[in-house]
Amino acid sequence: MADIQSSGQDSVYAKAAKEAVFAGIIAFGLFFLVVGFRTDQNINNELVLVQRWGLLAIFVAVAAIGRFIFAAFITPSREQAKLAKSKAPAAAKVDRRSLKAAVSRFGLALLFIYPFVVILILALIQFAVTGQWSFQSGVQGSLKYVDNFGIQILIYVMLAWGLNIVVGLAGLLDLGYVAFYAVGAYSYALLSAHFGLSFWLLLPMAGIFAAMWGIVLGFPVLRLRGDYLAIVTLAFGEIIRLVLINWTVVTKGTFGISGIAKATLFGIPFTPGPTGFAAMFGLPNSGVYYKIFLYYLILFLALLTAWVTIRLRRMPIGRAWEALREDEIACRSLGINTTTTKLTAFATGAMFGGFAGSFFAARQGFVSPESFVFLESAIILAIVVLGGMGSLIGIAIAAAVMIGGTELLRELEFLKLIFGNDFTPELYRMLLFGLAMIVVMVWKPRGFVGNREPSAFLHERKMISSEFTKEGHG
Amino acid sequence: MVSEVRNNPSPVLRVEHLSMKFGGLVAINDLNFEAKRGAITALIGPNGAGKTTVFNCITGFYKPTEGMLTMTRQNGEEYLLERMADFVITKKAKVARTFQNIRLFSGLTVLENLLVAQHNPLMLSSGYTILGLLGFPTYKKAAADAIEKARFWLQKINLVERADDPAGDLPYGAQRRLEIARAMCTDPELLCLDEPAAGLNARESAELNQLLLSIREETGTSIILIEHDMSVVMEISDHVIVLEYGTKISDGTPETVKNDPKVIAAYLGVEDEEVVELIEHAAATGSDDITAAVDLLSTEAIQEITETQAEVPVAAKAKTAAKPAAPAIKAGATANALAAPREGESDDLTLIKGIGPVNARRLNEHGIFHFDQIAAWKKADVTAAEAYLAFDGRIAREDWIGQAKKLAKESQGKPAAKKTGGAK
Amino acid sequence: MEYFIQQSINGLTLGSIYGLIAIGYTMVYGIIGMINFAHGDVFMLGAFMAMIVFLALTTFIGGVPVVLALLLMMLVAMLLTGLWSWTIERLAYRPLRGSFRLAPLITAIGMSIALSNFVQVTQGPRNKPIPPLVNGGVTIYGTGITIAYKQMVIVIVTAILLAAFWYLVNRTTLGRAQRSCEQDRKMAALLGIDVDKTISMTFVMGAMLAAVAGTLYLMFYGVISFTDGFTPGVKAFTAAVLGGIGSLPGAVVGGLLIGLIEALWSAYFSIDYKDVAAFSILAIVLIFLPSGILGRPEVEKV
Repeated sequence: MADIQSSGQDSVYAKAAKEAVFAGIIAFGLFFLVVGFRTDQNINNELVLVQRWGLLAIFVAVAAIGRFIFAAFITPSREQAKLAKSKAPAAAKVDRRSLKAAVSRFGLALLFIYPFVVILILALIQFAVTGQWSFQSGVQGSLKYVDNFGIQILIYVMLAWGLNIVVGLAGLLDLGYVAFYAVGAYSYALLSAHFGLSFWLLLPMAGIFAAMWGIVLGFPVLRLRGDYLAIVTLAFGEIIRLVLINWTVVTKGTFGISGIAKATLFGIPFTPGPTGFAAMFGLPNSGVYYKIFLYYLILFLALLTAWVTIRLRRMPIGRAWEALREDEIACRSLGINTTTTKLTAFATGAMFGGFAGSFFAARQGFVSPESFVFLESAIILAIVVLGGMGSLIGIAIAAAVMIGGTELLRELEFLKLIFGNDFTPELYRMLLFGLAMIVVMVWKPRGFVGNREPSAFLHERKMISSEFTKEGHG
Repeated sequence: MVSEVRNNPSPVLRVEHLSMKFGGLVAINDLNFEAKRGAITALIGPNGAGKTTVFNCITGFYKPTEGMLTMTRQNGEEYLLERMADFVITKKAKVARTFQNIRLFSGLTVLENLLVAQHNPLMLSSGYTILGLLGFPTYKKAAADAIEKARFWLQKINLVERADDPAGDLPYGAQRRLEIARAMCTDPELLCLDEPAAGLNARESAELNQLLLSIREETGTSIILIEHDMSVVMEISDHVIVLEYGTKISDGTPETVKNDPKVIAAYLGVEDEEVVELIEHAAATGSDDITAAVDLLSTEAIQEITETQAEVPVAAKAKTAAKPAAPAIKAGATANALAAPREGESDDLTLIKGIGPVNARRLNEHGIFHFDQIAAWKKADVTAAEAYLAFDGRIAREDWIGQAKKLAKESQGKPAAKKTGGAK
Repeated sequence: MEYFIQQSINGLTLGSIYGLIAIGYTMVYGIIGMINFAHGDVFMLGAFMAMIVFLALTTFIGGVPVVLALLLMMLVAMLLTGLWSWTIERLAYRPLRGSFRLAPLITAIGMSIALSNFVQVTQGPRNKPIPPLVNGGVTIYGTGITIAYKQMVIVIVTAILLAAFWYLVNRTTLGRAQRSCEQDRKMAALLGIDVDKTISMTFVMGAMLAAVAGTLYLMFYGVISFTDGFTPGVKAFTAAVLGGIGSLPGAVVGGLLIGLIEALWSAYFSIDYKDVAAFSILAIVLIFLPSGILGRPEVEKV
C-alpha cells in the first residue's frame, strides 16, 4: 500500500518535471523575442536592440518552476480535497445569510466612519513616532487615503452598481457604459461653466440627461441580441468619446474643461474665505473638509443606487428585468413589453452613470475625454462580473479589491529599495490588474457572490444557486 | 356563471383563412376554425402539420401571411390578433400560452415566476414603479394580493411546498404544471397549451386532465391545446380539429373525429409500417376486420392493399422466417434484381424518402439492394415493384429513382470522403 | 474620379489589414461564441515581433534583401504569435469553457489589458519607428493614380493568405473539424473530433493571420506602439460584426468596407470623424440587418 503510494508520488513528480520542461520551452518561445530583446532609441532616434538574456532566463525559470509546483503539489492536493469533500457527509450548512447580513452591516458602519478612522489612525501613528499629539497632521495625512481609496473606490462601486442594473439584472451586455458617465460629467462641466448652475441642481439634471441618452441610444439597438448589442454599445461609447475629442468648439477637445465649480454643502462653499465652510465652523483652513464632504457625497450617491436597486428588484419592473434575463420569449408571452422593459433598464443604469459623472466632474474640477476610454467601461463591467452579477455586496467587494488593489500599488515605494531606484511599481499596475482579472475569473467564474437572492418568498428566503440563473442573450 | 358562458354561442376565437408561408414552405394553408367559449378545443395532427405555427400566429409570435384571427372577450370586446404585438395580445386580448419546450424563468423561484406573470396589474398598482418606489400603500396591498393569487395557483398545482425553490430545480412534470399556472396568473380568457402532456407519465397525465378540467370549470377559461397523447385529447376535449400539412382535414367532437377516415389515413399514412401492421393484424384476425380497417384508408391505397391482401400473411411469415438466411428472390421481381447484395452489403434503402423499413425489406426480398439498381429502373420495373410495395404511384410521386441516382453517386464518392473525413 | 479611385485603393489596403484581423475574431466567435477581446493586442504583439525580427536581422546580419526580410518577419511573427495565442487560450479561456458566457469575455478583456501593459513594461512606452522597408510605387499611365509598392504587397499577401486559408477551412480535415465544431460542438465530440485541439488550432490560425496583419501594418506605417492594438482591434471587430460575425467571407467584406468608409470619409468629409463614421455605419447597418451583411439571420425559435 505504502509502495503504491510512494511510486504514485514518484510518477506525480516525474509528470510534473515533464510538464515543467514543457512549460519552460513554451515560455522560451513566448518571451524569446519580447523579453530577450529590448528596443531602445539611440541619439539618432533609431531603434537599437539591447539583449537581456538574464531576464529571459528568469522568465523561463519562473514558468518552469511555477508549473512544477502547480503540477506536483497544488493539483494533487486540490484533487484530494475534492475527493475528501465528496466522501465527507454533507457538512452542516453554515447560515450564510446571517453572516452576510452581519458583513454588510459591519461594512456599512465602516464606510460611515472611514474618514475619521483614517484620521485617528494617522494621528496615532504620528503620536507614536513623534510623541506629539497632533490631530491636525492626521487630518492632513488622511487626505490621500480618503481621496485615493475612499472616493475612488466608491465611484467605481456606484458605477458598477449602476451597470449591474443593465448587465446583472436585465442581462443586456453593455460595453459602452462609460459614455453615460461622460455625458454626466460633461453636462455638469458645461452647464456650470456657461450658466453657473449649482451642483445640486445639476446633479439630477446630469442623471436625467444621461438617462435620455440611454433611451436615445438604446431605442434603435434594443432589437439586437447578444454580441451585436455589445459591439453597438461599444461603438456608441467610442462615438461619444470621439465627438468629445473633436467637437473642440464646445468641449475644448483633448485639453478638456478645467476650473469646474466645486460642489457646495447646501450653499456653503468649501473655500478659504470668510464665508467658507472652515471659517463658518471655526475650523482651521484645509482641503480635507472638501474631500471628506465629497466622500460622504459619493457614499450617499452609491447607497442611493443600492437602495433604488434593492427596491426596484421587489417591484414588477425589477422582476421583469430578471425575467428578461432568463427568457425573453416567455416574458413576451406573459404580456410584458420587452422593449420598454429593456429601455427602462438602460435608462436607469445610464442615470446612475450620469450621477457618478457629475460627481466626478465636481471632484476633479477638470474633465477630458481621456477619462472616458473603453478601458473604463471594461473595468466597470469586470467589477460587475467579478463581483457576481446582480449581487450588490459581491460587486462592492470586487470594486474594493480591484480598484483598492491597484491604488495600493501606487503606494509600494519601498519596492524601490529591493529593485533599485529605476523600479516604478506604478508601471505594473495595469499589468497586474489585467492578470488579476484573469485569475479571479478562472478561480470563480460566477464571481465572488454567485448566488441570487429571491425578491419575494412564501415560506423562507433561500439563496438560489448560480447554476440555475442565466446570463441573458441580449 | 359558468353555464351562462357555456350557453353563450359566440366563439371565443375565430380563425378565418389563416395562411402562413415561410419562404416557399406553406406551413398553414387557408385554415378556418372556431374555438367555443368555455370549451376545450384540441388541435391534433402529425408532426410538422403546422399546429405550433397556428399557436404562434394566435399569440402574435408570428405575423400570419394572410387571414384573420378574431378574439372575442367575455365583455364583448373584439380583438384582431393578427394586428397586435405579442405582448399586447396577452395584456389586452387576454390570451396566454405555454411552450412545447418549457420556458420557465429557471433562475427565479417558483413564486417569482408566478409574480412575473402578474406584471401588468402590478405595474399599474405601483404607479409605473414610481409610487411603489416611494412606498405607497396601494402597491403594498397589491403585492400581497399577488402573492395570495400565486399561492392559490400553487395549491392548485400542488407546489406550495416548493414555492421558494428555483423553477429550474423542479422535476419535469412539475415544471409543466408551473408553466400552466404561470399562464393562468395573467388572467387569460383563452389559454393555449402546446403539448402539455409531453413527457409526463400516466399518473401525471391524469393529474393534468384534472387540472385542465378544473381550470375550465372554475375560471371559465377557454382552452386550446396541441397534444399527441390521445388519452388526454379524447378524455377532456369537447372539440377536436385535425391538421395535416397545414390544412384542416377534420373538425368535430372527439367521437366523430376518431372515426373520420381521413384522420385515420392521415395518422396511419405517415409510416408505411403502421399501415402494414394494421393490415397484417387485420389479416390475422379475419377478413371482416380487414375490410373495416381498409374502409378507413383512402381510395387508391385501399385498392392496392386489397389486391395484395393474399400475399400479406406470406410476407409477414417470410419476415420472421427468412431473416437469418439470405432472402430468395420472389416472383414479380424487377429486371435488374440480384440474388444477393454485392460485396455482401446492401445500401440503406431507407435513405430514400418514402421507403420505410417495411418497404426496404420488401425490396430486399425482391432482390433490390442498391441505389444504382433503383436508379436504373425503367417504367416496367416501376410497375413491377409497385405490385409488391404498399402503395402505387408512390415511386413516381416521391421520385425514388431521382433520389436513388443522387444517393448512388454519393455512395460512390464515399470511400474517398471517409479517408479524409475520419476523426482527428 | 481619379481622387476617388486613389482613395478607394488606400481604403482597400487598409481594409485588407482589417479583414485579416477580423477573420481571427469571426473564427473564434463562430466556434466558441466568444468575443476574443485580446485579439487586437495579439495583432499588436505580432507587429512587435516583426519589428524585433527586423532589427535583429539588420543588427546581426546586416543588409538582407527586402523580400527575404519581410518573409522572415512574417514567418517568425506568425509562429510566435500563434504560440502566444495557443498559450492564452490554454490558460485564460479553456478553464472557462462551458461556464457562464461572460466569464471568458472578462478574461479576454483582462488578457487585453495585461498584454498591452506587458509590452509596455518589457519594450517601453515609446513609439517604435523603423526605416521604410518598401519604397516607391507606380503611377498608372495617363492618370494621377499612384499605387505604392507597399500597398501592392499588402493586397497580394492578403489575397494569397485568404486563398490558403479558404483551402484550409474548406478542403482539409482540420477545416472540416472546425466547421463541425461550429455547428454542434457536443455532436462533433461524440463523433470523435478532438474539440479542444480544434479550438486551439482556431486560435492559432487567427493569431497567425493577425501576425501577418501586424507585419503589414508595421511595413505600411513604419511605426508601432503598445497602444496600437486597441483601435485596429476594435475596427476589425466592427468589421467582423458588420460582415456578420461567424462568417469568414463576411469578415473580409466587412474589413474592406470599413477600410473604404474610413478612407473615403477622410478624403471627402473630415479626417477627425472617420472613426465616428465607421461606427455609425455599423450601427445603421445592424439596425436594418441585425445579423450583419453575410451573417446567418438568427431565427427566433418559439
